[in-house]
Amino acid sequence: MNGRTARKTLWNVVGLVLFVVMIFPVFWMISTAFKADDQINSLTPTWFPLHPTLAHFGDAIHKPFFWNDVENSVIVVAVTVAVAMTLAFLAAVALAKYRFTGRKLFIVLMIGIQMLPGAGLIIPLYVVLARYHQVNVLSGVIITYLTFALPFSVWTLRGFILGIPKDLEEAAMVDGSSRLGAFVRILLPLVAPGLVATSVFAFITSWNEYIFARTLLNDQSKQTITVWLSYFLGTSRHTDWGALMAASTLTVIPVVIFFLLVQRRIAFGLTAGAVRG
Amino acid sequence: MPYLLVLPVVAVMGTILGYPIYSLVRLSLQRYGLPELVQHKGVYIGLHNFGLVLHDAVFWHTLFRTIVFTVANVGLTMGLGILLALLLIRVSTWVRILLTAGLVLVWSMPQVVAVQVWNWITNYQNGVLNYVLTELHLGNYFQHNWYGTTFSQLSIVTALIVWGALPFVAITVYAALSQVPRELVEAADIDGARSVRLFFDVTLPIIRPVLLILTSLSILWDFGVFTQPFLLIGQPHIGPSNYLMGVYLYEEGYLKTDFGRGAAISILMLVIVAAMSVVYVRRMVRIGDAE
Repeated sequence: MNGRTARKTLWNVVGLVLFVVMIFPVFWMISTAFKADDQINSLTPTWFPLHPTLAHFGDAIHKPFFWNDVENSVIVVAVTVAVAMTLAFLAAVALAKYRFTGRKLFIVLMIGIQMLPGAGLIIPLYVVLARYHQVNVLSGVIITYLTFALPFSVWTLRGFILGIPKDLEEAAMVDGSSRLGAFVRILLPLVAPGLVATSVFAFITSWNEYIFARTLLNDQSKQTITVWLSYFLGTSRHTDWGALMAASTLTVIPVVIFFLLVQRRIAFGLTAGAVRG
Repeated sequence: MPYLLVLPVVAVMGTILGYPIYSLVRLSLQRYGLPELVQHKGVYIGLHNFGLVLHDAVFWHTLFRTIVFTVANVGLTMGLGILLALLLIRVSTWVRILLTAGLVLVWSMPQVVAVQVWNWITNYQNGVLNYVLTELHLGNYFQHNWYGTTFSQLSIVTALIVWGALPFVAITVYAALSQVPRELVEAADIDGARSVRLFFDVTLPIIRPVLLILTSLSILWDFGVFTQPFLLIGQPHIGPSNYLMGVYLYEEGYLKTDFGRGAAISILMLVIVAAMSVVYVRRMVRIGDAE
């Protein structure tokens, strides 16, 4: 019994060390954001900002185009999520509730598309969107994000719809409602948690997306917040680490809040069904 | 009725993905630079672009480097992820909750943010990494430049990618491990030798499907990786000596506005990735079909 307790203590110590190592970059970002400049630039690091300052946050949000690009990100994300959820819900119902010719092909495409490396599609998307004057406008980016948000959303929502007991839906049909009526009255409320989880995922991927936003949006006034953040380092010879970390912290906040709410669902979606073997 | 429901998604995916994929193939057979972009019309040149790419030593070097990089990243991610998941089972509940919370926090970090934080940690002037390594007497890292050689650059990129991917892998494997009968896990705690054998004989077969999918996903993500190497190494230091496929494609195809050649590179990349992901797609389709 004693050996067992000792072993548990050892594992706990290993676990705590790993916790510190993993969390350190996040801690360092937040800690730096609140430090005074002389502490940041000193050769001996200050671990905790004992006299925290909000100056860097002020600097960050007053940099050119910060609010403008936050606004762009919000618009892109909101439209992408709204459109993706509506369309994905319809397709997910079809996949979960009907057997039809082409169903298998549709599944293969939905999964296959998620496998395409984003980088591989930059060139044709850029050329095609340029032809229809969709480069350097937010709508071009929204259209692009839909291609990534849709397959994942369809796949995940399908899982949630399958989880609903068939009796409930049949009961509604016996009541005399049409099949579609049954969907709307019975399915929709039951699938609501799934819709929330899926939209949060779509929210996070669009908010974090970088490479397409960078290639499709050239004007500083049109860019999204990740692109804004990526150009931060290049602006001057002396890097303002404090402001950069403050801006990074601000960018992370919405993601962390939403992510904490639904991380289990995301893991479920990405490996859908595999856990059950 | 089902067709009506699927139609909008098919229509959207068709126009915004089907058409670009079609035009990717067409572009790869054309000379398509800036003048052609302005006129919206390429010049057909057959397989010339593919010839250019396949005869370019940079392509082969980049491909080889990317494969080595992918193997190292996937190996580290999966190996450490499995160990981390096994650790999660063995620690006390409060440590598990703490560690899981930390992992989820790391998981939620956007790539661009993570890159900027790592930039700051590894910066040569007063990065905290150099300070800590020197203080731990692991050598003199005072003002050590982590971006001096290709190997060092890609090692830092690897560390960043593995750090970012570990939470997803560890948490998913942990979920899979919870299906392994509790008595076996606890029995495995008794002595070392038996616990290793139990892992390979009992635990591994149960979590194999999950490992398969995680490995496939990791290969796909790491092979096409762009944001981390591109931003961490930084534009002025990016070049043929440290290209990975994603960066190579961006620099040669997009920045040099040689869209035809870029399309050829994309197609070669997609073919390689498709070959690697067959296992994953087949498995997912089977799951989708069974239900």
